[in-house]
Amino acid sequence: MSTPASTENHPNILLRLWRDKDTRSVFIQIITMVIVFTFLGLIINNVVINLEIAGKDFSFGFLNYPAGYDITFQPFISYSPTDTHLRAAAVGILNTLLVAVSGVIIASILGFTMGVLRLSNNWLISRLVYVFLEFTRNVPVLLHILFIYSIFLYVLPVPKKAINISDTVFLTNRGFIFPSPVFEDGFGFVWIALLAAIAIVVFFVRWERKNQDATGEHYPVFSISLAILFGLPLIVFFISGAPMAWEIPALKGFNFKGGTSIKPEYIALTFALSYYTACFIAEIVRAGILAISRGQTEAALALGLLPNRSLQLVVIPQALRVIIPPLASQYLNLTKNSSLAIAIGYMDVVATVGGITLMQTGKEMETMIIVLLTYLFFSLIISAFMNWFNRRMALVER
Amino acid sequence: MAVPGAGACWAFIDDRLALFTYGFYPEPLRWRVNLSFVLLILAIIPVLYEKMPGRKYGLWYSAIFPFITGWLLVGGEVNGFGFEPVDTDQFGGILLTLILGVTGISFSLPIGIALALGRQSKLPVLRIMCVLFIEFIRGVPLITLLFVASTMLAYFLPPGTNFDLLLRVLIMVTLFASAYMAEVIRGGLQAISRGQHEAGDSLGLTYWQANRLIVLPQALKISIPGIVNTFIGLYKDTTLVLIIGMMDILGLGGASLADVKWAGLANEIYLFVALYFFVTCFSMSRYSLYLEKKLHTGH
Repeated sequence: MSTPASTENHPNILLRLWRDKDTRSVFIQIITMVIVFTFLGLIINNVVINLEIAGKDFSFGFLNYPAGYDITFQPFISYSPTDTHLRAAAVGILNTLLVAVSGVIIASILGFTMGVLRLSNNWLISRLVYVFLEFTRNVPVLLHILFIYSIFLYVLPVPKKAINISDTVFLTNRGFIFPSPVFEDGFGFVWIALLAAIAIVVFFVRWERKNQDATGEHYPVFSISLAILFGLPLIVFFISGAPMAWEIPALKGFNFKGGTSIKPEYIALTFALSYYTACFIAEIVRAGILAISRGQTEAALALGLLPNRSLQLVVIPQALRVIIPPLASQYLNLTKNSSLAIAIGYMDVVATVGGITLMQTGKEMETMIIVLLTYLFFSLIISAFMNWFNRRMALVER
Repeated sequence: MAVPGAGACWAFIDDRLALFTYGFYPEPLRWRVNLSFVLLILAIIPVLYEKMPGRKYGLWYSAIFPFITGWLLVGGEVNGFGFEPVDTDQFGGILLTLILGVTGISFSLPIGIALALGRQSKLPVLRIMCVLFIEFIRGVPLITLLFVASTMLAYFLPPGTNFDLLLRVLIMVTLFASAYMAEVIRGGLQAISRGQHEAGDSLGLTYWQANRLIVLPQALKISIPGIVNTFIGLYKDTTLVLIIGMMDILGLGGASLADVKWAGLANEIYLFVALYFFVTCFSMSRYSLYLEKKLHTGH
């Protein structure tokens, strides 16, 4: 780009270069890079000096030492205090994932339900949902978590006075205790049957779609799939002689023995995160449905679709396009908010690696880097998946 | 006082109200906190009330308000004139919540605008740096950043320097909010058609003039709901500081439960704190709705 004629003959060459758009942009970028790299260099230099003063080195070797602390909740891999810090970190990451996945599922169901109810023609229902949404959204999520947890601690009884549901399920302030299944020989057939059922359902759904496109016939896909999914394993289960027993929990001393116990920390965290996020999802769903013009519903009704089917086949598929991008960021928020677990002592990745491991080894840099990278990784995975899903759902134009 | 079966007991809140408002701020110096609450209200008026006479000067006051109040609350001598210093770890309760919220809100908007412009910039180096910064901050939870501020940040500074935990947390909270703010404003910027930029160019405006006079006013207007939502999110997120041991209103509430005299009143405490946040956040969102309606110039 040429400079204006008036400055062409300016004696100062630097000023002339500055007024040229291209050289100026190169100049600005070089300056920015110099500033940023000097800054980074200073920080790294400081870190090296500070570590030397503190007598620490930068290494991840501590991950192989015994952790020496107990983790109360470890549903996936077994862990004992003699295991390494690395294993403790893995337990923490899996616990974070557990809360994130179960939270996302519950929040989606609750959120879509509330979003649709909010648009209900029934004045009472829509108002009630509105009041609940507004109150929940405007209160910090940490408070919800602490509040639900305190309800668990103060309202539920101690194990000795557990709320007893027909001698099998017990509700106490140390967790909900369920009977756990004990698989006997021959249960493998049931698993195989379940896999087969899933395969059949997948084929059935594909065939049904093709068939409907070709002939216009419509089968109740959902109920038939559900029947196959539950029916086939159930039949195999009884044919092979019901190879499963239940271990019933029983009160021994001060706590329950046997059965599966779900910790109050996990329930409180998942429940609070789910309904909090569900309130945001509900608003997104409502906005998405409202964004679809009324004419679409009317056209569907005019074609003779029932109100339910018109919502299902016409409105929701279109609304999903508006809903998905903000929905993705709500899922991300839920995953990141699961780090608040530390406030109630649920052992997620922040509480294990960033908490106790940090305290015991004094490796602030290394542990925080592990925690930050874990969350960055989760965030990237969720946003990549959501981008892919978004592309699939996007409107195909001409 | 907690009589079993007697229903909710609000005497607790009454007893602790001063603690919940001022934290551990020294009692004889609490007039300084009260004065800064008054100054805060005075600073909010010109921002919210558009028909105020002399609003321009009012806004200048609002801009320097965080610095005045910071000096008023922390104390310290400037040219022999000043107040008795107060240690920032004595700040607490609503005072601390407001300090975190107001600082975050007032600094995250300008930083967010700069980041959003950087992300839209034609200069690749600037753009990549802004993208990296925004995506990093948005990818990690605030609580881990607060841990970084409380444990790791000391390593980044020259040996021997030691700066206040509150200041470190304020910087982190502000940076966190500005990354989200940048994304909201980027949405607004993207909604402005290219023609607006080109119109600015053809009028002979520079990049900054075109942005300041043409693009940003429109972009900010359409991002108001998002901006206010980010403010509300930031304000609610200030409660996380209790995890690194700072006593905001929720932290003090939890700590009060340890007092034998008031044990078992968790529900009252949490409801009180919830009500406080509900009233403040709900009024913010109502104001944003009002603003949206007023600025709506379409059909």
